[in-house]
Amino acid sequence: MNWAVIFEPQNLALFGTGIVTTLGLLFSSLTVGAVLALAFALLLTGPWAPLRWIVGAYTYVIRGTPLLIQVYLIYYGLGQLEWIQARWNDVWPWTHFKEPFFCALLAFSLNTAGYTAEMLAGAIRETNAGEIEAAQSFGMSRFQVMLRIVLPSAMRRTLPAYSNEVVMMLQSTSLASAVPSLMDVTGAASRIYSDYYLPFEAYLAAAGIYLIASFALIGMFKYSESRWLAYLAPRKH
Amino acid sequence: MSAYYTAILQGSVLTVGVSLCALLVSIVLGLAGAAAKLSGRSVLVALATFYTTIIRGIPELVLMLLIFYGGTIGANNFLEWMGSEATVDINPFVAGVLTIGFIYGAYMTETFRGAMLSIPKGQMEAAVSFGMGRMQAFMRITAPQMVRYALPGFTNNWLVLIKATALVSLIGLQEMTYLAKQASAATRSPFEFFLFTAALFLIYTTVSLVVLRRLNARYSLGTKRGTL
Repeated sequence: MNWAVIFEPQNLALFGTGIVTTLGLLFSSLTVGAVLALAFALLLTGPWAPLRWIVGAYTYVIRGTPLLIQVYLIYYGLGQLEWIQARWNDVWPWTHFKEPFFCALLAFSLNTAGYTAEMLAGAIRETNAGEIEAAQSFGMSRFQVMLRIVLPSAMRRTLPAYSNEVVMMLQSTSLASAVPSLMDVTGAASRIYSDYYLPFEAYLAAAGIYLIASFALIGMFKYSESRWLAYLAPRKH
Repeated sequence: MSAYYTAILQGSVLTVGVSLCALLVSIVLGLAGAAAKLSGRSVLVALATFYTTIIRGIPELVLMLLIFYGGTIGANNFLEWMGSEATVDINPFVAGVLTIGFIYGAYMTETFRGAMLSIPKGQMEAAVSFGMGRMQAFMRITAPQMVRYALPGFTNNWLVLIKATALVSLIGLQEMTYLAKQASAATRSPFEFFLFTAALFLIYTTVSLVVLRRLNARYSLGTKRGTL
């Protein structure tokens, strides 16, 4: 074991860049994914059957195929389409398809949106019928019931499942290293491995970083559950 | 062009092979892990808890690279230390199966532990009072019911495991994803090949889902469900 190499300044800096890329990818894809997921979940539970089928088919395909292939499709595949090739040199937003970060971000966002939409839709469907009845008897419109009663409670009840999704997403960002020229934590480890031929040290260091990040995320969600889900916790006495 | 599609189709056999072998490893590890967690012996409980906690915090890809590259160097250093001139190359198939099996063994541990806990205690007591030994009670009482309780979680784990096999392409195993990437590099038409591979994965997961749902219905026969 030669751990001194990991702690050399340039390699620490490499891991530092990696952490920034990984966390940047994670939080931006979670944000975009959450907005998309909310829209998809409303469509999945909404009154328009054709939209329900389309979004349902979308989540089915996203959840039934490997994320790596989705990343490849967007990174290598889209660049092949002439329609995009004609635009990616000067027409915004297509210019972004030349950036690896954007392609990875798009793939991760679309992926997490598919999983999260199904969770949220499940929580919306399982909302207590009495709560909705009570809201309706107060004369609230469909939109008001959704905004005031169903969504606040459904989003809270999604928290435990969503915390799993976030930790899974953190680990999924390691696939970004499959896209050349993106230097996330795994990419940094691979670079150190190939520079020094030290696989154990490089990948164990990466594993340690991911472990710490996972535990930090789990801790954050435990806290938010105690904050927002306290009313559903079992009675203590 | 069509030769590439044929090659990818042939690669799908390897994908199925990797996933099934990894499933076998994960079931064995999952049963061992669940037994350890429920054994009540503090060393075994701590070991199994360590296993399931660590695995869930590390990306599959990092573990796979660690086992594949680290394992190769480790094995060669060991051979050198033994005074042997020989060198080994770790087979990507073996590395993939072991890594994926090892990871999903942790998830299976939780699924199986939950299933074992769901079986009412009185049944075990009844089995003991009939004079059954541990093994007999497991085979006759626990195992058949575990299938029912474990199937929903097992189905989830299996679907995620299938998708994880695509990662084996990154350590050089020539399964579907690897071949699709090669085909797209050679023909400059990545879109079709990745779409084709995605469709094959979708077929695989869909067939698995249908089969496991049938199995679930079969094993849930005679269960009472409360209705409002």
